[in-house]
Amino acid sequence: MKSRSPLRPALLLLLVLGLLLGGCQRVQPLPFRLTNITGHMPTLAFTLTDDQGKTVSAADYRGKVVLLYFGYTHCPDVCPLTLAHLHVVMQRLGKLADGARILFVSVDPARDTPAVLHAYVNAFDPRAVGLTGPASDIEALVKRYRASFTREPSTGDGNYEVSHSSAIYVFDRDGNPRVLATPADSQDELVHDLHLLLDTAVAP
Amino acid sequence: MKPRSMTLLLAAGLLLAGGAHATAAGHIHASHAWIRVLPGDLPAGAYVTLENGSDRAISLSGASSPAYAEVMLHHSSTTGGMSRMTMVDALEIPAHGKAVLAPAGYHLMLMQAHKPVKPGDTIALLLKFTDGSTLAADFIARPANALDDGR
Repeated sequence: MKSRSPLRPALLLLLVLGLLLGGCQRVQPLPFRLTNITGHMPTLAFTLTDDQGKTVSAADYRGKVVLLYFGYTHCPDVCPLTLAHLHVVMQRLGKLADGARILFVSVDPARDTPAVLHAYVNAFDPRAVGLTGPASDIEALVKRYRASFTREPSTGDGNYEVSHSSAIYVFDRDGNPRVLATPADSQDELVHDLHLLLDTAVAP
Repeated sequence: MKPRSMTLLLAAGLLLAGGAHATAAGHIHASHAWIRVLPGDLPAGAYVTLENGSDRAISLSGASSPAYAEVMLHHSSTTGGMSRMTMVDALEIPAHGKAVLAPAGYHLMLMQAHKPVKPGDTIALLLKFTDGSTLAADFIARPANALDDGR
Protein backbone atom coordinates (compact mmCIF):
# COMPACT_ATOMS: atom_id res chain seq x y z
CA MET A 1 0.00 0.00 0.00
CA LYS A 2 1.37 3.38 -0.98
CA SER A 3 1.60 6.03 1.61
CA ARG A 4 -0.07 9.14 0.17
CA SER A 5 1.12 12.10 2.02
CA PRO A 6 -1.39 14.97 2.02
CA LEU A 7 1.64 17.25 1.96
CA ARG A 8 2.56 16.42 -1.63
CA PRO A 9 -0.28 18.27 -3.41
CA ALA A 10 0.27 21.19 -1.09
CA LEU A 11 3.98 21.27 -1.94
CA LEU A 12 3.14 21.06 -5.61
CA LEU A 13 0.76 23.97 -5.24
CA LEU A 14 3.44 25.99 -3.47
CA LEU A 15 5.89 25.19 -6.23
CA VAL A 16 3.43 26.32 -8.88
CA LEU A 17 2.63 29.48 -6.93
CA GLY A 18 6.32 30.14 -6.52
CA LEU A 19 6.89 29.80 -10.25
CA LEU A 20 3.98 32.12 -10.99
CA LEU A 21 5.24 34.71 -8.53
CA GLY A 22 8.75 34.30 -9.90
CA GLY A 23 7.30 34.97 -13.32
CA CYS A 24 5.73 38.20 -12.13
CA GLN A 25 8.89 39.38 -10.45
CA ARG A 26 10.90 38.85 -13.61
CA VAL A 27 9.95 42.40 -14.65
CA GLN A 28 13.46 43.78 -14.42
CA PRO A 29 14.03 47.39 -13.50
CA LEU A 30 15.54 49.19 -16.48
CA PRO A 31 17.07 52.67 -16.67
CA PHE A 32 14.19 54.24 -18.60
CA ARG A 33 14.22 57.89 -19.62
CA LEU A 34 10.45 58.19 -20.15
CA THR A 35 7.85 58.04 -17.36
CA ASN A 36 8.21 54.60 -15.81
CA ILE A 37 4.79 52.96 -15.36
CA THR A 38 6.06 49.48 -14.45
CA GLY A 39 3.60 48.05 -11.93
CA HIS A 40 1.43 51.17 -12.04
CA MET A 41 -0.81 50.23 -14.95
CA PRO A 42 -2.59 46.95 -15.74
CA THR A 43 -1.03 44.45 -18.11
CA LEU A 44 -2.04 44.53 -21.78
CA ALA A 45 -5.46 42.89 -22.16
CA PHE A 46 -8.13 43.33 -24.86
CA THR A 47 -10.15 41.51 -27.47
CA LEU A 48 -10.78 43.63 -30.55
CA THR A 49 -10.92 43.40 -34.36
CA ASP A 50 -7.70 44.14 -36.26
CA ASP A 51 -7.44 46.00 -39.58
CA GLN A 52 -7.68 42.71 -41.49
CA GLY A 53 -11.07 42.04 -39.87
CA LYS A 54 -9.67 39.33 -37.60
CA THR A 55 -10.55 39.01 -33.88
CA VAL A 56 -7.34 39.50 -31.92
CA SER A 57 -6.43 39.64 -28.26
CA ALA A 58 -3.45 40.89 -26.29
CA ALA A 59 -2.11 37.31 -26.28
CA ASP A 60 -1.54 37.60 -30.05
CA TYR A 61 1.07 40.29 -29.36
CA ARG A 62 2.96 38.49 -26.59
CA GLY A 63 6.59 38.37 -27.64
CA LYS A 64 6.33 41.85 -29.17
CA VAL A 65 7.03 45.16 -27.53
CA VAL A 66 3.73 47.05 -27.91
CA LEU A 67 3.21 50.79 -28.39
CA LEU A 68 -0.45 51.48 -27.63
CA TYR A 69 -2.02 54.70 -28.90
CA PHE A 70 -5.65 55.86 -28.92
CA GLY A 71 -6.75 57.99 -31.88
CA TYR A 72 -9.09 58.16 -34.86
CA THR A 73 -8.59 58.44 -38.60
CA HIS A 74 -10.63 61.63 -39.10
CA CYS A 75 -8.05 63.45 -36.97
CA PRO A 76 -6.00 65.24 -39.65
CA ASP A 77 -3.29 66.77 -37.49
CA VAL A 78 -2.18 65.29 -34.16
CA CYS A 79 -2.84 61.58 -34.82
CA PRO A 80 -0.92 61.52 -38.12
CA LEU A 81 1.89 63.52 -36.53
CA THR A 82 2.17 61.02 -33.66
CA LEU A 83 2.14 58.07 -36.07
CA ALA A 84 4.70 59.79 -38.34
CA HIS A 85 6.96 60.25 -35.30
CA LEU A 86 6.51 56.60 -34.34
CA HIS A 87 7.44 55.62 -37.90
CA VAL A 88 10.70 57.57 -37.59
CA VAL A 89 11.34 55.90 -34.22
CA MET A 90 10.77 52.47 -35.80
CA GLN A 91 13.14 53.33 -38.64
CA ARG A 92 15.81 54.39 -36.16
CA LEU A 93 15.50 51.01 -34.42
CA GLY A 94 16.41 49.26 -37.67
CA LYS A 95 16.05 45.47 -37.54
CA LEU A 96 15.00 45.63 -33.87
CA ALA A 97 11.74 47.29 -34.90
CA ASP A 98 10.48 43.91 -36.12
CA GLY A 99 10.14 43.01 -32.44
CA ALA A 100 7.72 45.90 -31.86
CA ARG A 101 4.15 46.68 -32.91
CA ILE A 102 2.28 49.98 -32.94
CA LEU A 103 -1.33 49.31 -31.89
CA PHE A 104 -3.55 52.18 -33.03
CA VAL A 105 -6.87 51.79 -31.19
CA SER A 106 -9.70 53.78 -32.75
CA VAL A 107 -11.88 55.74 -30.34
CA ASP A 108 -14.22 56.39 -33.29
CA PRO A 109 -15.33 52.83 -34.17
CA ALA A 110 -18.49 54.08 -35.93
CA ARG A 111 -16.39 55.54 -38.77
CA ASP A 112 -13.22 53.47 -38.40
CA THR A 113 -13.97 50.14 -40.04
CA PRO A 114 -11.16 47.58 -40.42
CA ALA A 115 -10.80 48.57 -44.10
CA VAL A 116 -10.44 52.29 -43.32
CA LEU A 117 -7.96 51.48 -40.55
CA HIS A 118 -5.98 49.13 -42.78
CA ALA A 119 -5.28 51.80 -45.39
CA TYR A 120 -4.62 54.34 -42.66
CA VAL A 121 -2.06 52.51 -40.49
CA ASN A 122 -0.20 51.13 -43.50
CA ALA A 123 0.30 54.65 -44.81
CA PHE A 124 2.51 55.19 -41.75
CA ASP A 125 4.38 52.02 -40.88
CA PRO A 126 4.28 48.34 -41.84
CA ARG A 127 4.50 47.44 -38.14
CA ALA A 128 1.38 49.41 -37.25
CA VAL A 129 -1.90 47.59 -36.55
CA GLY A 130 -5.30 49.27 -36.45
CA LEU A 131 -7.76 48.00 -33.86
CA THR A 132 -11.48 48.64 -33.65
CA GLY A 133 -14.52 46.97 -32.08
CA PRO A 134 -17.76 47.58 -30.22
CA ALA A 135 -17.83 51.01 -28.54
CA SER A 136 -18.21 49.37 -25.11
CA ASP A 137 -15.03 47.29 -25.61
CA ILE A 138 -13.08 50.37 -26.72
CA GLU A 139 -14.35 52.32 -23.71
CA ALA A 140 -13.32 49.51 -21.39
CA LEU A 141 -9.79 49.51 -22.83
CA VAL A 142 -9.57 53.31 -22.60
CA LYS A 143 -10.66 53.14 -18.94
CA ARG A 144 -8.21 50.34 -18.21
CA TYR A 145 -5.34 52.70 -19.00
CA ARG A 146 -7.00 55.72 -17.37
CA ALA A 147 -7.15 57.38 -20.77
CA SER A 148 -10.22 59.22 -22.01
CA PHE A 149 -11.95 60.61 -25.05
CA THR A 150 -14.96 62.80 -25.77
CA ARG A 151 -16.92 63.45 -28.93
CA GLU A 152 -17.48 67.09 -29.81
CA PRO A 153 -19.65 68.33 -32.67
CA SER A 154 -17.63 70.59 -34.96
CA THR A 155 -19.73 71.53 -37.97
CA GLY A 156 -23.41 71.53 -38.82
CA ASP A 157 -23.07 68.77 -41.41
CA GLY A 158 -22.90 65.89 -38.95
CA ASN A 159 -19.12 65.94 -38.64
CA TYR A 160 -17.56 65.77 -35.23
CA GLU A 161 -14.19 66.03 -33.60
CA VAL A 162 -12.87 63.70 -30.94
CA SER A 163 -10.71 64.84 -28.06
CA HIS A 164 -8.50 62.01 -26.91
CA SER A 165 -5.59 61.08 -24.68
CA SER A 166 -2.32 61.88 -26.37
CA ALA A 167 -0.10 59.37 -24.54
CA ILE A 168 1.68 56.35 -25.97
CA TYR A 169 1.72 53.36 -23.60
CA VAL A 170 4.67 51.01 -24.03
CA PHE A 171 4.41 47.36 -22.95
CA ASP A 172 7.22 44.80 -22.83
CA ARG A 173 7.18 41.43 -24.60
CA ASP A 174 5.23 39.89 -21.70
CA GLY A 175 2.51 42.55 -21.83
CA ASN A 176 3.73 44.41 -18.74
CA PRO A 177 3.29 48.19 -18.80
CA ARG A 178 6.74 49.84 -18.80
CA VAL A 179 6.82 53.48 -19.96
CA LEU A 180 4.51 56.29 -20.99
CA ALA A 181 5.49 58.71 -23.76
CA THR A 182 3.75 62.04 -24.35
CA PRO A 183 3.98 64.33 -27.38
CA ALA A 184 6.35 66.51 -25.34
CA ASP A 185 8.90 63.68 -25.08
CA SER A 186 11.62 63.49 -27.72
CA GLN A 187 12.10 60.68 -30.23
CA ASP A 188 15.53 60.07 -28.66
CA GLU A 189 13.97 59.12 -25.34
CA LEU A 190 11.52 56.70 -26.94
CA VAL A 191 14.28 55.16 -29.10
CA HIS A 192 16.45 54.77 -25.96
CA ASP A 193 13.73 53.04 -23.93
CA LEU A 194 12.63 50.80 -26.79
CA HIS A 195 16.25 49.71 -27.18
CA LEU A 196 16.24 48.65 -23.53
CA LEU A 197 13.06 46.62 -24.01
CA LEU A 198 14.02 45.12 -27.36
CA ASP A 199 17.63 44.29 -26.45
CA THR A 200 17.01 42.65 -23.08
CA ALA A 201 14.25 40.21 -23.92
CA VAL A 202 14.65 37.47 -26.51
CA ALA A 203 11.82 36.93 -28.94
CA PRO A 204 10.26 33.47 -28.54
CA MET B 1 -26.65 87.69 -70.51
CA LYS B 2 -25.67 90.17 -73.19
CA PRO B 3 -22.04 90.21 -74.37
CA ARG B 4 -21.73 93.80 -73.23
CA SER B 5 -22.80 93.18 -69.61
CA MET B 6 -20.48 90.16 -69.63
CA THR B 7 -17.56 92.42 -70.54
CA LEU B 8 -18.51 94.84 -67.81
CA LEU B 9 -18.67 92.05 -65.27
CA LEU B 10 -15.26 90.78 -66.36
CA ALA B 11 -13.81 94.27 -66.09
CA ALA B 12 -15.28 94.65 -62.62
CA GLY B 13 -13.83 91.28 -61.63
CA LEU B 14 -10.38 92.25 -62.89
CA LEU B 15 -10.55 95.53 -61.00
CA LEU B 16 -11.49 93.69 -57.81
CA ALA B 17 -8.65 91.21 -58.30
CA GLY B 18 -6.21 94.05 -58.94
CA GLY B 19 -7.45 95.83 -55.83
CA ALA B 20 -6.95 92.73 -53.72
CA HIS B 21 -3.21 92.71 -54.40
CA ALA B 22 -2.90 96.19 -53.02
CA THR B 23 -4.45 95.03 -49.74
CA ALA B 24 -3.52 92.51 -47.03
CA ALA B 25 -2.78 89.58 -49.33
CA GLY B 26 -0.26 91.66 -51.29
CA HIS B 27 1.97 91.90 -48.21
CA ILE B 28 1.96 88.21 -47.38
CA HIS B 29 4.62 85.78 -48.51
CA ALA B 30 3.73 82.08 -48.27
CA SER B 31 6.40 79.36 -48.01
CA HIS B 32 6.82 75.72 -46.88
CA ALA B 33 3.30 74.98 -48.06
CA TRP B 34 2.44 71.29 -47.84
CA ILE B 35 -0.41 68.86 -47.31
CA ARG B 36 -0.28 65.60 -45.37
CA VAL B 37 -2.19 63.19 -47.60
CA LEU B 38 -4.18 60.49 -45.82
CA PRO B 39 -5.69 57.44 -47.53
CA GLY B 40 -9.26 57.29 -48.81
CA ASP B 41 -11.49 60.27 -48.19
CA LEU B 42 -10.01 61.20 -44.83
CA PRO B 43 -9.55 64.91 -44.09
CA ALA B 44 -6.01 66.20 -44.67
CA GLY B 45 -4.00 68.82 -42.80
CA ALA B 46 -2.40 71.68 -44.75
CA TYR B 47 0.53 73.69 -43.42
CA VAL B 48 2.25 76.90 -44.49
CA THR B 49 4.49 79.66 -43.18
CA LEU B 50 3.04 83.15 -43.72
CA GLU B 51 5.30 86.21 -43.52
CA ASN B 52 3.87 89.68 -43.26
CA GLY B 53 6.03 92.39 -44.86
CA SER B 54 3.78 95.24 -43.83
CA ASP B 55 3.58 97.61 -40.84
CA ARG B 56 0.17 96.28 -39.87
CA ALA B 57 -1.00 92.96 -38.48
CA ILE B 58 -2.89 90.90 -41.02
CA SER B 59 -5.29 88.09 -40.16
CA LEU B 60 -5.86 84.85 -42.05
CA SER B 61 -9.53 83.94 -41.93
CA GLY B 62 -9.55 80.72 -43.89
CA ALA B 63 -8.99 79.23 -47.32
CA SER B 64 -10.64 77.41 -50.17
CA SER B 65 -9.42 75.05 -52.85
CA PRO B 66 -10.82 73.83 -56.15
CA ALA B 67 -9.56 70.37 -55.15
CA TYR B 68 -11.58 70.10 -51.91
CA ALA B 69 -15.23 70.66 -51.02
CA GLU B 70 -14.39 72.38 -47.76
CA VAL B 71 -11.40 73.98 -46.00
CA MET B 72 -11.43 74.97 -42.33
CA LEU B 73 -8.94 76.83 -40.16
CA HIS B 74 -8.24 74.74 -37.05
CA HIS B 75 -6.00 74.67 -34.04
CA SER B 76 -4.79 71.52 -32.29
CA SER B 77 -3.73 71.64 -28.69
CA THR B 78 -2.59 69.16 -26.10
CA THR B 79 -3.35 70.04 -22.51
CA GLY B 80 -3.64 67.78 -19.49
CA GLY B 81 -2.72 64.78 -21.63
CA MET B 82 -5.63 65.38 -23.99
CA SER B 83 -5.40 66.33 -27.68
CA ARG B 84 -8.23 68.38 -29.10
CA MET B 85 -9.05 70.44 -32.18
CA THR B 86 -10.89 73.73 -32.20
CA MET B 87 -12.16 75.86 -35.07
CA VAL B 88 -10.49 79.24 -35.41
CA ASP B 89 -12.07 82.39 -36.84
CA ALA B 90 -8.79 84.13 -37.63
CA LEU B 91 -5.06 83.76 -37.16
CA GLU B 92 -3.03 86.96 -36.78
CA ILE B 93 0.21 87.43 -38.67
CA PRO B 94 2.04 90.21 -36.79
CA ALA B 95 3.49 93.25 -38.58
CA HIS B 96 6.92 92.30 -40.00
CA GLY B 97 6.43 88.92 -38.38
CA LYS B 98 5.17 85.49 -39.30
CA ALA B 99 2.58 82.87 -38.46
CA VAL B 100 3.54 79.23 -38.80
CA LEU B 101 0.86 76.71 -39.57
CA ALA B 102 2.55 73.45 -38.54
CA PRO B 103 1.61 70.00 -37.20
CA ALA B 104 0.17 70.01 -33.65
CA GLY B 105 -0.77 73.69 -33.96
CA TYR B 106 -2.61 75.80 -36.49
CA HIS B 107 -3.59 74.02 -39.70
CA LEU B 108 -6.07 74.09 -42.53
CA MET B 109 -8.29 71.03 -42.56
CA LEU B 110 -9.09 69.96 -46.13
CA MET B 111 -12.24 67.89 -46.50
CA GLN B 112 -13.70 65.77 -49.30
CA ALA B 113 -11.20 65.82 -52.14
CA HIS B 114 -13.01 65.97 -55.48
CA LYS B 115 -10.55 63.39 -56.80
CA PRO B 116 -7.84 61.44 -54.97
CA VAL B 117 -4.78 63.54 -54.09
CA LYS B 118 -1.47 61.65 -54.28
CA PRO B 119 1.91 62.49 -52.72
CA GLY B 120 3.84 64.62 -55.20
CA ASP B 121 0.73 66.43 -56.48
CA THR B 122 0.60 70.21 -56.34
CA ILE B 123 -2.66 71.55 -54.92
CA ALA B 124 -3.78 75.16 -55.28
CA LEU B 125 -5.22 76.86 -52.19
CA LEU B 126 -6.68 80.33 -52.01
CA LEU B 127 -5.81 81.86 -48.65
CA LYS B 128 -8.38 84.38 -47.41
CA PHE B 129 -7.67 87.33 -45.17
CA THR B 130 -10.08 89.25 -42.95
CA ASP B 131 -10.06 92.29 -45.27
CA GLY B 132 -11.48 90.09 -48.00
CA SER B 133 -8.28 89.85 -50.03
CA THR B 134 -6.96 86.48 -51.18
CA LEU B 135 -3.60 84.91 -51.96
CA ALA B 136 -3.12 81.89 -54.22
CA ALA B 137 -0.51 79.42 -53.02
CA ASP B 138 0.65 76.03 -54.28
CA PHE B 139 0.81 73.27 -51.68
CA ILE B 140 2.88 70.14 -52.24
CA ALA B 141 1.15 66.88 -51.31
CA ARG B 142 3.34 64.77 -49.01
CA PRO B 143 2.95 61.18 -47.76
CA ALA B 144 1.02 60.46 -44.54
CA ASN B 145 4.21 59.83 -42.58
CA ALA B 146 6.01 63.03 -43.65
CA LEU B 147 7.04 65.43 -40.89
CA ASP B 148 7.46 68.57 -43.03
CA ASP B 149 7.44 69.88 -46.58
CA GLY B 150 10.61 67.91 -47.35
CA ARG B 151 12.48 70.96 -48.64
